[in-house]
Amino acid sequence: MSGPPIPNAPTAEGRPAGSIASVFGPIGAALAPVRRTLSYLEVDTRLLGMVLALAVIWVSFDLVSGGTFLSPRNLWNLSVQSSSIAIMATGMVLVIVSRGIDLSVGSMLGFLGYTMAMTQAVWIPQALGLGFDRPYTWIIAVVVGVALGAVIGGLQGFVIAYGGVPSFIVTLGGLLVWRGLIFRYAQGQTIAPLDQNFQMLGGGTVGTRVGALGEWASWILGAVICVAIVYTLITGRRRRRRYGFPNRPLWAEAMLGLAGCAVALGVMWVANSYPLPINVALQYGQEHGITPPPGGLIIPTGLAFPVVIMLGVTVVMTFIASRRRFGRYVYAIGGNPEAAALAGINVRRTLMLTFSLMGALVALSAAVQTARLDAAVTNLGVQNELDVISAAVIGGTSFAGGIGTIPGAILGAVVMQSLRSGMVLLLVDSPTQDIVVGIVLVAAVGLDTALRRRTT
Amino acid sequence: MSAMPAPVPPRVPLAELRDIQVSFGGVRAVDGVTVDVYPGEVVGLVGGNGAGKSTLIRTLSGARPPDSGQIRVSGQAVTIANPRDAKALGIETIYQTLALADNLDAPANVFLGRELTATGTLNDAAMESATRKVISRLNPNFKNFKMPVLRLSGGQRQAVAIARAIHFNARVLIMDEPTAALGPAETAQVHALVEQLKRDGIGIFLISHDIHDVFDLSDRISVMYHGKLVGTVKKEEITTDEVLGMIILGKPPTKLTAQELAELRSPAG
Repeated sequence: MSGPPIPNAPTAEGRPAGSIASVFGPIGAALAPVRRTLSYLEVDTRLLGMVLALAVIWVSFDLVSGGTFLSPRNLWNLSVQSSSIAIMATGMVLVIVSRGIDLSVGSMLGFLGYTMAMTQAVWIPQALGLGFDRPYTWIIAVVVGVALGAVIGGLQGFVIAYGGVPSFIVTLGGLLVWRGLIFRYAQGQTIAPLDQNFQMLGGGTVGTRVGALGEWASWILGAVICVAIVYTLITGRRRRRRYGFPNRPLWAEAMLGLAGCAVALGVMWVANSYPLPINVALQYGQEHGITPPPGGLIIPTGLAFPVVIMLGVTVVMTFIASRRRFGRYVYAIGGNPEAAALAGINVRRTLMLTFSLMGALVALSAAVQTARLDAAVTNLGVQNELDVISAAVIGGTSFAGGIGTIPGAILGAVVMQSLRSGMVLLLVDSPTQDIVVGIVLVAAVGLDTALRRRTT
Repeated sequence: MSAMPAPVPPRVPLAELRDIQVSFGGVRAVDGVTVDVYPGEVVGLVGGNGAGKSTLIRTLSGARPPDSGQIRVSGQAVTIANPRDAKALGIETIYQTLALADNLDAPANVFLGRELTATGTLNDAAMESATRKVISRLNPNFKNFKMPVLRLSGGQRQAVAIARAIHFNARVLIMDEPTAALGPAETAQVHALVEQLKRDGIGIFLISHDIHDVFDLSDRISVMYHGKLVGTVKKEEITTDEVLGMIILGKPPTKLTAQELAELRSPAG
């Protein structure tokens, strides 16, 4: 691709050798037409950079693994594995943006998972005598978990915001307390099996039931997302026109819409390209009187429920972060806590609610993880706090406060999980995986900081 | 019907701080100070570092409620427990630090805490539109409405802080060192704005280190010294030297000796 000549294009010779600029200079010149297009699109270049990094990781692993990495099967599993961390990372973004940290999410996840397991496997069926696998059991379990998560997250938030104890200390205490409580009450026992409907939340299979949307519902969801993207673009355009602000050119608008739809439908296509396991499909065929064709019965799995939950959480959290007062206040507090207070914002209440929201999201992740395991174990969620914080930070969240996005954190979670999953495919041992992920974490933040310094 | 002289309305101060006390630990930062401002008037508040100007004014803006004393707005005793209370009474403040959230853009800062919403969601387009209008009054060259204010120049940041104070129809405006970070052209703009706000009948408390600023803009000048009020004087009835004497020596001009005045005029002698 050759662009028009650019006046004053920086050259490698014209820059001091060895500086970051000398590396980015020539690349920057070559990318100038691309950059101009991007400025029309008004997309977040940092986010786009992460998408590119992810693409590089995916293609590299695919080449090295001989085509296994980008198979529908692996991508489907990757999506499920990423979901649980991604759900929590959306909450961690707001916590870190408001200049806090939550180290307790892993232990809280274990505690909430254990409580939800007890609710559905012991309290409802035995203590209340209502029996197993009632249609409402899973709903009660999830509601109890989310409510409890919001309460204990809010409790930690209360001590942080109103007690003035640093969040690092409070949640470090939480890390010990919630894990300790699990051991105290579980006495080392595993709670299993869980409610059959609840298990669907983990994306697993029970008999012929699968924790996924299936073929048609996946396509419909993809279509709904497409319509939503187009609708958002159109209403945004109308609103800007009403106030007389300049709009993007129409072609840029169309390009954004098409790209969004392509991603949404592409994800569904991959999810539908992953067939149910052969024995599940056979059994399904027998139950529904379908004779398997010569090649074997192929039934598309569709988008996994954990991914559906993650998408829902992403939409809601993005809405809260960018379209609600609460989200604006979280960012304002992160940018300048004193200014936020002088503007009349109730800083303490906002901070407490941030931690409460984090707790509710941990409960959703706990539901996904326990459902996937079909059990609550005492070490559930150990070290999850590190994965969640890493995902948020790789996704561009700054510890200085005030900066970070929900989609960035989701991408961060997918990047982390892609690295782990790819290395598992290549039979890299677990300690080496940790070393690689650790280096990538530091390198990603280092590069981000360097680039940020250049642009501001 | 006999022509009756129109009753002269009693002049009531827009805002009145009476016998205000604020202590930090054992230190009395503000000790029994009384100041007031009338509609369309600028009251300059001057004093050395640590004289208690900012602390006094923070009791009116709600940032730090007084330990004792009374605040009256249009003659009514009011309680100002937080910045929200102050704003509800029409008291707006431009802080010395500007108090901007650096990571947010200009419209978000102007409307911080008072966001416009449509069906429960933030109406960013409406806020940007209103911000463009109010800032164009202050700085017609201001263009960067979508940029975090961190990346704006000192003058532009000041414009955002001032826009926030004047957009919501303030009755009382507190300006804490409004020109400290500004160049000559921008300072002139602020002076023009102050004159315009006066004509609109707004009462202004102006805090400044710059004695010339204060003399240019103020109608009355209140001088503080070590947490106490030295005195309040009309600008026409005093010279800059006498005000300097009040600031440095903490005495009203009537109590200054000729020798002290002479020393002030020639600090070297």
